[in-house]
Amino acid sequence: MTTLIKNGIAYINNRFSRRDILLKNGKIQRIAQTINVEKVEQIIDASGKYVFPGFVDIHTHLRDPGQTYKEDIASGTRAAAHGGFTTLCTMPNTEPVVDNIASVDYVQRRAKDLGSAKVYVIGAITKKSEGLEISEMATMKSGGIVAVSDDGNCVQNAKLMLNCMRYATNFGLPLIIHAEDYNLSGNGQINAGKVATKLGLSGISPLAEEVIVARDIMLAENCGAKLHIAHISTARSLELVREAKERGVKVTCEVTPHHLLLTEEACLNFDTNTKMKPPLRIEKDRQACIKALKEGIIDCIATDHAPHADFEKTREFDHAPFGIIGLETAFPVLYHYLVKPGYISLERLIEALTSAPVRVLNLPENTLKAGNPADITIIDLDAETTFTPESILSKSKNSPWMNQTVSSKVLYTFLEGRQTWKAE
Amino acid sequence: MESTPQFIGRSLYDLDDYSADEIMYILEAAKGMKEINLREYKKIPTLRGKTVCTLFVEDSTRTRMSFELAASRLSADVVSFQATVSSLRKGESLQDTVNTLNAMGIDLYCIRHSSPGSPQLVHKYSGKPVINGGDGRHAHPTQALLDIFSIWERLGNLKGIKITIVGDILNSRVVRSDLIGMTKLGMEVTVCGPRTLMPANMEQIYGCKVEYDLAEALKDADIVMGLRMQLERMTEGLFPSLEEYSRHYVLSKETIKFAKKDALIMHPGPMNRGIEILPEIADSEQSIIVEQVANGVAVRMALMFLILGGKL
Ligand SMILES: [Zn+2]
Repeated sequence: MTTLIKNGIAYINNRFSRRDILLKNGKIQRIAQTINVEKVEQIIDASGKYVFPGFVDIHTHLRDPGQTYKEDIASGTRAAAHGGFTTLCTMPNTEPVVDNIASVDYVQRRAKDLGSAKVYVIGAITKKSEGLEISEMATMKSGGIVAVSDDGNCVQNAKLMLNCMRYATNFGLPLIIHAEDYNLSGNGQINAGKVATKLGLSGISPLAEEVIVARDIMLAENCGAKLHIAHISTARSLELVREAKERGVKVTCEVTPHHLLLTEEACLNFDTNTKMKPPLRIEKDRQACIKALKEGIIDCIATDHAPHADFEKTREFDHAPFGIIGLETAFPVLYHYLVKPGYISLERLIEALTSAPVRVLNLPENTLKAGNPADITIIDLDAETTFTPESILSKSKNSPWMNQTVSSKVLYTFLEGRQTWKAE
Repeated sequence: MESTPQFIGRSLYDLDDYSADEIMYILEAAKGMKEINLREYKKIPTLRGKTVCTLFVEDSTRTRMSFELAASRLSADVVSFQATVSSLRKGESLQDTVNTLNAMGIDLYCIRHSSPGSPQLVHKYSGKPVINGGDGRHAHPTQALLDIFSIWERLGNLKGIKITIVGDILNSRVVRSDLIGMTKLGMEVTVCGPRTLMPANMEQIYGCKVEYDLAEALKDADIVMGLRMQLERMTEGLFPSLEEYSRHYVLSKETIKFAKKDALIMHPGPMNRGIEILPEIADSEQSIIVEQVANGVAVRMALMFLILGGKL
């Protein structure tokens, strides 16, 4: 299959320039001002449209194996393609937990057979992510995992966490942490603050995140581990990361679209699609996240795509599960609410969705360059997207942006030259 | 007396959805209902043919009886559904339950549930008006209305009246609704309790005063309200013992001296006599605790009357 993308505004070497791009045999064959070839199966006129490297999400829950009524590898990667993503890293908190090589193999095989995106597997830090014993990280590493994480859970025992870090480092594996001190978060439902007081919901103190961020930075500093902090959400956590980076600690962090765009105020109408961990914080924290993203204290954006079925989410707030979907909403909402009004540049957004996550987990390069895999998305920034239960390809529809219209629209996505998404 | 379109079919989740004028209108209606309750024959036919459902997913015999009595005095039919959160969890969801009840032709739901926001859910599932009879720690607007009614009836006005509410503020839905309603009507509210039982940002949210010392909190109070102190809070690490709590925060003859002379004493019940309030105060001349209970029926009658479009 050969595809020629004509006249698109391409993101190359951190800049935008008008280019023709030829995709052949799964690779980017040529990039030039003008490419004229006689035999090409598909020509896309991308005049006025943007051509980006396919987006990379290093924090995805595909729920497969075990909870395929929420999502599976086929539906989740289709949703990814719809959102412009070509690469996902899956979190291991499935049923069973991906803490062994057989489960790693399963996810990789299914993704290869059915996937509309590349899938890299993240293995568990501890067996069953129970926080009691180290998982077989080295074996899973030989099976292809790119990092370890107990996401959804957090190793509470500091001594065990130190050992996990030392062991992971032994095999060159970065550790991704979901920072939450269970005693401090307790039965909390939303951020401990004004809205929790008003609604009578138990609060999750920012401290629940911050004390673990502080602890794990100290542990990583002690043993030289490569630490990545998932879905960072508070101003104080960001201060801790800033100081650690200045000291030369090998720490990186990610932020989700929802922590960049929403605050606890969104919970006021008891919408369970505003319930996630960490919880939506206050405006000061949100502003700190935007600033840190601009300055590079936050390395990348990750969706924390967490599908839950309607019957699970449409119920009493304190009985509904935590989490929202994100693959299909991420780019449009970030473009609409952050780039368009000028809070961050389009360049920084694209970097945070492409080369930055690749760097964080040391994944194969995916820039627009001849010879690289043809992982590409084409987006019309002037068009609009309306999120509806029908338009969302994920099996679950749990999004706070449901039924909203925002600017920009993903027109095409290519995975190794194969078209995985085309807008109507 | 007659309902007006602004009330008909409207839910009551909390008092912030109602203006000061609307609250006063409800209180006036409650006054009329109270007269009916004092009659020999305490029943009027205004809601004949209407069906009220009390849906209680948390135990509270007192509140449920108050709602049911209110409905039957207005001649509405009453259906009562009781469950525990755990039984609801195991089998039917709240949605299933409401769908089933709705099929029976319910006109108004009165719900008590441990989850904040569940009255809104019941409305969403049923499309019918819902009166919140207490949702977790969030709100208890009918209790707030009866509290305000009791004060208004006794003192004749509300503006500038100072009330001090003492106890487990953190876990109290009554306080949250009282604060909204009372401040809306010009009362000055002080809340008092140990820091571990005081939620964050109270002053900013409600425009009330926060005091941690009882004597300081009671200064110049026209009304003092005690709140039920529950033993569970001890195992949650919020305070060490009922004895120590009582030593610092009990409403007694001695501590009540800091308030105005003849200050009214209130309590939403059920009381722990000897823990947050001593019998010498609870059963004193100053206490209007028993009146509160009677007024609860009148206020709930008024709400049902207004929401279901009653005529008198
Ligand atoms: Zn997480």
